[in-house]
Amino acid sequence: MIGFLIRRLLIAIPTILLISVFVFALQKLLPGDPVLAMAGEERDPAVLEFLREKYHLNDPLHRQYLSWIGGAVQGDLGVSLRTQQPVLTLIGEKLPVTIQLAVMALIIALVIGVPTGVISAYRKGSLIDWGANLVALSGLSIPNFWLGIMLILLVSVKWGLLPASGYVPLSEDPLQSIRTMIMPAFVLGTGLAATLMRHTRSAMLGVLRSDYVRTARAKGLSERVVVIKHALRNALVPIVTVTTLLFGELLAGAVLTEQIFTIPGFGKLVVDAVFNRDYAVVQGIVLCTAVAFIAMNILADAIYRILNPRMRDEQ
Amino acid sequence: MTALTDTTHPPRKPRSRVWRKLRANPSALLGAVLVGFFTLIAVLAPVLPLPGPMETDWMAVRKAPSGAHLLGTDEIGRDVLARMVWGAQASLLAGVVSVAIALAIGIPLGVAAGYARGWTDAVISRGTEALLAAPFLILAIALAAFLGPSLSNAMIAIGLSAMPVFVRLARGQTMSVMTEDYVESARAVGLGHMAIIWRYILPNIFPPLLVQATLTVATAIIAEASLSFLGLGQQPPAPSWGSMLNVAKNFLEQAPWMALWPGIAIFLVVLGFNLLGDGLRDALDPRDS
Amino acid sequence: MARIRTAALALAMSLAATGTFAADLRIGLQEDPDILDPDQSRTFVGRIVYASMCDKLVDITPELEIIPQLATGWEWSADGMALTMTLRQGATFHDGEPFNAAAVAANIERSQTMPESRRKSELTSIASTEIVDDYTIKFNLTAPDATLLAQLADRAGMMVAPKAAAEAGVDFGLNPVCSGPFKFKERVQQDRIVLEKFAEYWNADAYHFDTVTFLPIPDTTVRLANLRAGDLDMLERLAATDLASAKADAGLKVEQAVSLGYQGITINLANGERAKNPLGENKLVRQALSLAIDRDVINQVVFEGAFAPGNQPFPPNSPWYDAKYPVQPRDVEAAKAKLKEAGLDSVDIEFQVANNPVQMQMMQVVQAMAAEAGINITLTAKEFATLLKDQTAGDYVASQVGWSGRVDPDGNLHQFVTCKGGINDAKFCDPAVDAALETARTTTDTAARKAAYDAAQDVLMEELPLIYLYHQTWIWALNDKLSGFVPYPDGMIRLQGVSATE
Repeated sequence: MIGFLIRRLLIAIPTILLISVFVFALQKLLPGDPVLAMAGEERDPAVLEFLREKYHLNDPLHRQYLSWIGGAVQGDLGVSLRTQQPVLTLIGEKLPVTIQLAVMALIIALVIGVPTGVISAYRKGSLIDWGANLVALSGLSIPNFWLGIMLILLVSVKWGLLPASGYVPLSEDPLQSIRTMIMPAFVLGTGLAATLMRHTRSAMLGVLRSDYVRTARAKGLSERVVVIKHALRNALVPIVTVTTLLFGELLAGAVLTEQIFTIPGFGKLVVDAVFNRDYAVVQGIVLCTAVAFIAMNILADAIYRILNPRMRDEQ
Repeated sequence: MTALTDTTHPPRKPRSRVWRKLRANPSALLGAVLVGFFTLIAVLAPVLPLPGPMETDWMAVRKAPSGAHLLGTDEIGRDVLARMVWGAQASLLAGVVSVAIALAIGIPLGVAAGYARGWTDAVISRGTEALLAAPFLILAIALAAFLGPSLSNAMIAIGLSAMPVFVRLARGQTMSVMTEDYVESARAVGLGHMAIIWRYILPNIFPPLLVQATLTVATAIIAEASLSFLGLGQQPPAPSWGSMLNVAKNFLEQAPWMALWPGIAIFLVVLGFNLLGDGLRDALDPRDS
Repeated sequence: MARIRTAALALAMSLAATGTFAADLRIGLQEDPDILDPDQSRTFVGRIVYASMCDKLVDITPELEIIPQLATGWEWSADGMALTMTLRQGATFHDGEPFNAAAVAANIERSQTMPESRRKSELTSIASTEIVDDYTIKFNLTAPDATLLAQLADRAGMMVAPKAAAEAGVDFGLNPVCSGPFKFKERVQQDRIVLEKFAEYWNADAYHFDTVTFLPIPDTTVRLANLRAGDLDMLERLAATDLASAKADAGLKVEQAVSLGYQGITINLANGERAKNPLGENKLVRQALSLAIDRDVINQVVFEGAFAPGNQPFPPNSPWYDAKYPVQPRDVEAAKAKLKEAGLDSVDIEFQVANNPVQMQMMQVVQAMAAEAGINITLTAKEFATLLKDQTAGDYVASQVGWSGRVDPDGNLHQFVTCKGGINDAKFCDPAVDAALETARTTTDTAARKAAYDAAQDVLMEELPLIYLYHQTWIWALNDKLSGFVPYPDGMIRLQGVSATE
């Protein structure tokens, strides 16, 4: 296990370096001068030139990259050109927001996705199965941002039930925090619920066909016990793995969801930064997400190995 | 040579059976009907008896659906139905072209990695992993911003962002096909690399790629809508469902229909591709025949 | 049981109490401000926050007259080469540092010398400062400057605490210390900026809130929904299309003021190769374009009639507006005739426009109108940053841009149309205009200034380096319980006298 982890971590290093080069190159290729982008109406050439010098935007590219990555290794991702705040502080500030959104979305997805997947598998081929499948596919097919707009229109504008935007930290006012977050979490959760449902279903189908479920049935155990205790427990391995892997999808989904519900999280930060040409912020965020994403992948593999003893023996 | 091909050809499923299974699947049929419907509309857009999608009418700004304008009018008095129909063109084109880009780059890279192994594989795989680690939409947003906002650039951005999945799939499939006996024998007979790839590998990795491609068209359509929604896709006045939504969100209260129709259309066409992709997967699945 | 009821009652009362005093005022902003340092900041929206946090030497009235704020009086020397200001006694900065002439001198020096300062060009006329006594400061000028007081009524005149500023340097904006009625409490980027009441403020009695929270909410529908739901107390820049429904809402009230700025079309006259086209080379084509546009229809279709159609850098209600050139009605025939006079039947022009829905919608209306006169416009949507870059570099034919406007008329005109103007992206150059605008800048006599601006208009209306289209109206929507809000044409929110009633 430890050998496995070390190997995976070593492989991750060149990948992360590659991402850093990629992200850096992409940002430098963006048209529009970040200093000018910030200037807005007021464009004093002398000040603009001073700022370009100050942020080393006139240096050769390779030197810019080396100083950036050198700082990044030491935990310094630079400062936002727009507000002077350190990028790392910004990320630290936004992380809890997006995590709360992601966790709530994941809970909603699990609560909807897993039971429907189980029932659907158990009643394979029935009308329920077919219907659940169709609903799940619909969940996958609805554009998140459109669902968000429609919910704002109905729930907030027409009925005035829930706030249309904003964020209240959980620690400040838990109830209000959940009230503001429930609609976006639902929007983000629907697509995930569908993915989870489909994975649960196929995992359950595999397990239900297996020998030991047949044995359990033969022993005369009740269907409830067979399905929940024997089948579901075994199907959990792939479900847990998929859930970990959904992290990436959650982050991408959060980008648009946060934009629509004006939630000050990661996603909004990165989109605004792209539009403001706030290089340091974009680079920092993409690098951090990539690292987190790779970490989640390794974690998923590790969990898979722990839960699934057969894998341990291989290799 | 002919004899060899005959004896070593992989056990491919007869095409008719795949087709029969697909037809027997009501979901897949529904998907095909949806996709067919929107394709038809997109193709027929120029000949349908509708006002021009960019024709403005100052006297009919943001009018609710009525006999004159079945789906209402937009913020400068254009017919929403006409724009929906032309928007279908943009959306389908975006879906298909970006997946074509992803396939065109992804398959050669994936096959090369899976076939050659060694350093080629290491380089391609690390690159793919790096691309996969950056969230799809963020990557597409950055690319679209870099290339400049336009429909074709959005397609390129989506295609490039979707490409790694195909590299990975093609690589994995190639590697598994490589272990098959018929490839071994082909090698033993001294068949060239290109011939082996062309004759044995590509036909056998095709089915899973087709399934993935169909499902990716669905994702790509949503991605195009998302980019256009952010102002990074189709540029006005040309219509696309995403850019229509981008404008519509400013008039949610006064003209909710402007936001309603494009959303429903995206939903239906994406659902169509998803159903079709699922059906294809089931039909091509050798396990449950 | 009785005890529980008492407790519940007490709780209910305390809840009611916080409601009654409206301790917190929540204001919805359209964007997230940039850095909160008056010397470094660039955004309009940032100035809205400053209006509550950072006092200036002078302020304006809704009629744009200059009135005292931190300076209680001022006097020009006879030759216009010096301005002497008497300063308010008893004003202090939020950290307790006293406000006095030395502080003013330090502030002017910071604005003029800090490398990151965006205020340099606003204060070029000040050659030196002289501390006459603790509460008197004298500015010695390089040349008479009629615009100086107006500059001191905005960011260039905002006073920051000198010691705190010197210690924090470039990072001052992370924790700004000023002398306004509210002091900085906290900021979470893209989420909120919280200010709390500054008890030692010299006019503290006129401010009725314990805290003010600014919340950036870019989406107008969402912003309005929040106001309706009571999550906001007021918002700025209500979309014109939401005006009718906000007015109809009994729980809300709406305030409006025509802005100081304008929206228009900048045309490339001599800025590089791309100026070589009929529009850039021939004023007749520009006149034709202007004639083809129905400014009233733009206002009705795009802005529900809430904005002010315009054809000059100043809105028609401004004292600086030249009545000799009223907003002309659309005349397609005249436009065609002008084209013909230029020897053209039709002309193709590429316009660049910022890719936000409202500007796009507006330009599509212009596009449709111009087409009827034989002027075929292709629209290229660009992100604002790219648009500005291309405009500065001369990589454009015509560009739809606006200007947020300045209190002094000079700020709306001089830098755009004088030969060496800093933002003269059209590269328009005319000695008569330069002379007139120079006179307007150096004369303090209002009538003489007006005459100079009118003289410049005579040339500009003929040459049309910029075609003006309309003037935005600032629209604020407020909870009906708020009273005392006064709309200003600069779009700021001044909280003096604003209070909440149950």
